[in-house]
Amino acid sequence: MKIAFFPGCMVDMIYPEIGIAAVNVLERLGCEIEMPEKIVCCGQGLINSGYREENKAAARMIVEAYDTPEYETIVSLTGSCMNAIVNDYPLVFKDEPEWLERAARLKTKFFEFTDFIVNELGVTDVGAVFNDTVTYHKSCHVTRLLGVKEPPLKLLENVKGLEYIEMAHADRCCGFGGTFSFKQPVIAGEVVYEKCQTIIDTGANVICGADVPCLMNIKGALGRMRADGRLDRDIRVMHIAQILDSRG
Amino acid sequence: MSILYDTDKSLKERVAASLDDDFKHNAIKTAQEVFYVGRGKLVAEMEGWEDLRRHAVEVRNHVTENLDYYVKKFATNAEANGYIMHYAPSGDDALWEVLDIFEEHGASYAVKSKSMMTEEVGLNEVLEETGIKITETDCAENILQTAGSKPSHIVVPALHFDREAIADIYRKKRGYEGTTVPEEITHYLRKILRHEFMEAEVGIRGCNFAVAETGSVTLVTNEGNGRMVDTFPKIQIVFVGIDRIVPDLESLDTMMALLPRSAVGAKMTAYFSLDSGPAGPGEIDGPEEVHIILMDNGRHTLANTEFEDMLRCMRCGACLNICPVYRHITGHGYGSIYPGPMGLVLTPGLVGYDDIDNMVFACSLCGACSEHCPVGIPIHDLIREHRIKIVEEGKNHAIEVPIFKALELFWSNVPVYKAGMVLGPPVMKALAGGGDALDASSAWIPVVKGWTSTRDFDVLSTKRFTEWFKNHEKLPTEQPKQNEEGGEQ
Ligand code: SF4
Repeated sequence: MKIAFFPGCMVDMIYPEIGIAAVNVLERLGCEIEMPEKIVCCGQGLINSGYREENKAAARMIVEAYDTPEYETIVSLTGSCMNAIVNDYPLVFKDEPEWLERAARLKTKFFEFTDFIVNELGVTDVGAVFNDTVTYHKSCHVTRLLGVKEPPLKLLENVKGLEYIEMAHADRCCGFGGTFSFKQPVIAGEVVYEKCQTIIDTGANVICGADVPCLMNIKGALGRMRADGRLDRDIRVMHIAQILDSRG
Repeated sequence: MSILYDTDKSLKERVAASLDDDFKHNAIKTAQEVFYVGRGKLVAEMEGWEDLRRHAVEVRNHVTENLDYYVKKFATNAEANGYIMHYAPSGDDALWEVLDIFEEHGASYAVKSKSMMTEEVGLNEVLEETGIKITETDCAENILQTAGSKPSHIVVPALHFDREAIADIYRKKRGYEGTTVPEEITHYLRKILRHEFMEAEVGIRGCNFAVAETGSVTLVTNEGNGRMVDTFPKIQIVFVGIDRIVPDLESLDTMMALLPRSAVGAKMTAYFSLDSGPAGPGEIDGPEEVHIILMDNGRHTLANTEFEDMLRCMRCGACLNICPVYRHITGHGYGSIYPGPMGLVLTPGLVGYDDIDNMVFACSLCGACSEHCPVGIPIHDLIREHRIKIVEEGKNHAIEVPIFKALELFWSNVPVYKAGMVLGPPVMKALAGGGDALDASSAWIPVVKGWTSTRDFDVLSTKRFTEWFKNHEKLPTEQPKQNEEGGEQ
């Protein structure tokens, strides 16, 4: 199956290994992956901070890159960026009918990574082997705003060797919230420390998720807690794609 | 009190104070848990919950779309029931109407049940200034009034005090001599309040829903004190927001199925009053004269704007009970009588943007509120809408504008981005002392320090995914195991 891939800018800037793992998984499943050259960021940090007008340039770039007849299916590795594209671009372009129409077209072609594997490819066992205890953070954008609830769990269920332990309030926000994280660090810190505590309480060695920004936030907080003694062991933070790419 | 209190403190200071108060912080977290679990259980076992929600949305929207019609219909029918109607476009108008009523009767003593509308206009302070004694009779409100404290939740306003603190307040302020056993404290309250109910000349109360067709007002409480406020004193004043109106008893039924479940995780409250007029001729009980203050105070201006959906709000507090931010900063962090998600929409909607500090940015836009709101208000979208308006109206902080302008360019221009990605990683690596993340020691770096003050920040990678992708060799296809829908298990 031919697909276009949307990695999200954090994968390009900070976590290339997540993108590589996802490409490996999708290619093993037979996907022919293409990726446009001219992409940077969906720009959601702008509109979420109130800068709707300023979000237009990034949004036009993404629409321009992906809204082409060659791309019938687009797979997004990052829930919040996909949510921005499919649910927020209509607001960004609310006074520009032509772009609005293109954004609406894009919406029908976009799939979140785990949703794509389970519901489009019809696969729940990707042949992964991962011998460890894992908990999963149900990111707000993936779970609540895109409504992708079952697919990641079904995929984890079928990973050999993996023992899944659900954390309390798995769907409670990690406190990332884009620029909220920078503008309100004390509140964001409090929220993510509590999220980390629920992760720690599972006893799992690995926390995984399907949204890159949340993982960055959780990793940053676990690192800080490890450094100041609130956490006394290593907990690995992984994207679900990295677990699905694992062969034991 | 008016809508905003504590405006001499910044959001940051209010948040710090809330986080410092371990008792308050934990009490709110525990209460959230209790409400959340209670609500979740009831909603799960109730058939047709989503249908009810949809119906409620339709009903509430219908009223908003025909607001003038329903205001008039309610007023006409209430008047026919014997109520004396006062229309108050603003909070000040409402206060003048109330003062006139007190003056006309030469009254100087009032009891009151919980009412957000009276808090909105600062009724207690105004009455006290003119020498009128006013006693809050809702237990939680009485605690706050006695302590001189502010509400931390819209439904359970004294959530930040435990029984030790409450007993202490009454010991110090009222000479209470009993223990900290809740039953003993409430018994004591009952004794002192009973006397006040008998003596008061005027009863002041709010109204959860006003029924247009029957001209009735309702009161939903759990203690029964509200019922005494609305039956003992001979003169009554009922505050009704114009956004409280429902068309008829059938739609009231829908709202009452949603309200207690959403608010406190209960099927119904202990008391529910539906009043349709003062005591009739020959009736012994009930007030002789009832005034209804039908108050707008900014609601009309919300209709026909992006924030119109907020007029559906029934003040249940479900959005507070699920909010990951409210649970830490508590109502006091927001500094508004309307805190939490609903408050972030309603407060600026009613008072504007000049005095709210960074309030609307105290939200991660996680959407849990919108998901739980019984009347389907897209709360987090509306919070963001306020942010957009703030920027459009130039009320954002001038200092942040260049940062967002730079992001606008960086995020939408491939050459600029590429150049940044050549320069960025080595600089960050150096700042991180060669490590993989900026840790606590980098809390001096401008902009990034927002993050690094509480979390480590992973440095930019020297390897770029897009570069790898261009040059990588495609992996061979493996035969996947298909799920049932795929048919090849
Ligand atoms: S916004 Fe919705 S959830 Fe929040 S108080 Fe109003 S009705 Fe309840």
